[in-house]
Amino acid sequence: MTDAIRVYPAKPDKVYFFGTCLVDIFYPDAGVAGIQLLEREGIEVVFPQDQTCCGQPAYTSGYHDQARAVAAAQLDLFPGDYPIVVPSGSCGGMMRKHYPDLFRDAPQAAKAESVAGRIWELTDFLLNVCHIHLDDLGEPTTVALHTSCTARREMGVAGVGPRLLQKLKNVSVVEQARPEECCGFGGTFAVRHPEISTAMVTDKVQAFVDAGAPEFVTTDCGCLMNIAGHADNTRQPLTGQHILSFLWQRVSATDDGDRV
Amino acid sequence: MTQVSEADHSPVKSFHPRAREALKNDQLRGNFRNAMDGLMGKRTKAFAGWDLEALRQLGAGVRQRSLARLPDLLLQLESRLTDNGIQVHWAEDGDEACRIIRDICVERDAKRVIKGKSMVSEEMELNHYLEEHGIEALESDLGEYIVQMAGETPSHIIMPAIHKNTEEISELLHNKTGTERSHDVNYLTASARQQLREKFMQADVGISGVNFAVAETGTLCLVENEGNGRMTTTVPPCHIAVTGIEKVVATLDEMAPLLALLTRSATGQHLTTYFNMISRPRQPDELDGPEAVHLVLVDNGRSGIYQDDELIDTLRCIRCGACMNHCPVYTRVGGHAYGTTYPGPIGSILMPHLLGLDETRHLPTASSLCGACGEVCPVKIPIPDLLVRLRRESVDGDKLHASGVQGHGSKRSRGEALIWHGWQWLHERPGLYRFAMAMATRLRVLQPSRAGAWSRSRTTPKLASKTLHQRVGERARTTEATSRPVSGGEL
Repeated sequence: MTDAIRVYPAKPDKVYFFGTCLVDIFYPDAGVAGIQLLEREGIEVVFPQDQTCCGQPAYTSGYHDQARAVAAAQLDLFPGDYPIVVPSGSCGGMMRKHYPDLFRDAPQAAKAESVAGRIWELTDFLLNVCHIHLDDLGEPTTVALHTSCTARREMGVAGVGPRLLQKLKNVSVVEQARPEECCGFGGTFAVRHPEISTAMVTDKVQAFVDAGAPEFVTTDCGCLMNIAGHADNTRQPLTGQHILSFLWQRVSATDDGDRV
Repeated sequence: MTQVSEADHSPVKSFHPRAREALKNDQLRGNFRNAMDGLMGKRTKAFAGWDLEALRQLGAGVRQRSLARLPDLLLQLESRLTDNGIQVHWAEDGDEACRIIRDICVERDAKRVIKGKSMVSEEMELNHYLEEHGIEALESDLGEYIVQMAGETPSHIIMPAIHKNTEEISELLHNKTGTERSHDVNYLTASARQQLREKFMQADVGISGVNFAVAETGTLCLVENEGNGRMTTTVPPCHIAVTGIEKVVATLDEMAPLLALLTRSATGQHLTTYFNMISRPRQPDELDGPEAVHLVLVDNGRSGIYQDDELIDTLRCIRCGACMNHCPVYTRVGGHAYGTTYPGPIGSILMPHLLGLDETRHLPTASSLCGACGEVCPVKIPIPDLLVRLRRESVDGDKLHASGVQGHGSKRSRGEALIWHGWQWLHERPGLYRFAMAMATRLRVLQPSRAGAWSRSRTTPKLASKTLHQRVGERARTTEATSRPVSGGEL
């Protein structure tokens, strides 16, 4: 759905890091992994301590006044003209695609446009701006990839995950059936329509298991929470983690990720 | 058997119970999954080798231009059709359209009507109306014929009986028409054809829909695969076409890309078996065709949508059904769960305008906003954005962009609004947010293992021992202490 073809900038000296609220309290390892991967590329990472949430939960629930207030509190955190990287297609999509709509007719419209124009989904940034080199130091393993719907369709980065994983020589990637189908998370959708959401995630977990993947990696913590949570609840032989945690483990030969 | 009784369709509000029922029905879910997988595959194949993005852009442009000139094009269409001898009628709503059609039937003393597929006539509940007024209306599209025979409504706008498998259809035909039970689709189809052939000959009036109405030439275009559309519009002495006012395009040239997009998006066909272009009644030197042709143009809420700069995109729809075929929710619950004439993503953005948001308020939420619908829409309707727009309309959630969709604010509840106010209060105070999250992670042993509807089928995620804010803060302090380049701190 991202219509405009984006021109990738030259690798900058410095970036802003927007961590997202799910990473903040549930999966901070994914955030730290992202920061370490950027630093490894010689990029200085600025993490504004006053960041909270992009506002998406209220936005997709229809509470745009509340979403705008919270989003407005983020707009002043990126005064320098550096890219803003986000370890999530969903929050990235909110900031890149929906901020301009949300602040249309509002006093912060210009600032929102400036922030939106500098937003990059982090794996896309690592691959296409940093041209990251990944030396795989890990043991041979098999994973499957779940690209979130927002990474795929709002940020248009569906091709990034496979190309990053391809760079890891000891990792074999298996493809599950219907990789482009939603896992059923959808934010408040999972709570408003729990039965439909459960039917969707049941099929997703089954697809991974059928493909013979003991582990999946994903670009978004919402999907991670949903798919891994269901696999655990139904005792399926499947674990998952954020793709950034996985990449960091492979290149640093550590195993400190928050695999769930 | 998948029987959804008439009572289940009303009111639309009972989406949840119907969806739950559908999810428990393995047969139904299997029917939809198989059918949707097949349709998605066919569509992908049909567009192979095409620059789909360019074609979609072209299609979207045609529809946008047509809508921008809609009032003028409608007048031009009326004038050309009238010149060609086709009588044009305008109906403000479904009831008026029904009355117009009945009046035409009464004037001709028509008792038997044969129908081609028309979703607008479903919207108007035309069959019921005619039957109440002593006029028999028989559906001739095979899917519609099956659905009518079963006393149901269509579960898909292109394939009305897609919720039934061959076995179920065989059983139905056997019970209702005495056809031998069979798994042979060709045999079943031939049997239905035989029954319908008689009805075409006996019909006093044929009623059809319209896919595109071309203003420049006064041409009504009808896309179909079974030939029933051609029979309906040529065999009976009178043909009444009925359509929504948005279906008009300026020229035949502009219609062409829409046709290419429609058939490929809908059924994965490069062209349908039949494509009818109707421009006038039978002329004195012609041997066949109806002696009278009417067009009923139905508004039924459309001009209300037309007033809104964003919602107007809803009217671009060419009714291909691709959004349904690709919708993971529709695929799971099927068309009847929605309880509306148009199900799936397009229904969820269209029906609120036809019935009011108060009646349809669950529909815009029945989506994970995965965006598959918007991605495949041949005329690039931003369906996910419009779903969000209707969500905000239903909770009156945007004081900056106030507007008045019918039923605006009907879903707003004080409890829910309070939760979002609390959420705002916390998240616009960074110091407080950091403190609260740090406390939550510190007290994580107290975290409840259950979290409402979420944890009915999922393990609740565990809070981390430290937040990312804390981790980054600690790293910054360490790096400062060792006088390495500052990273991860505040600017």
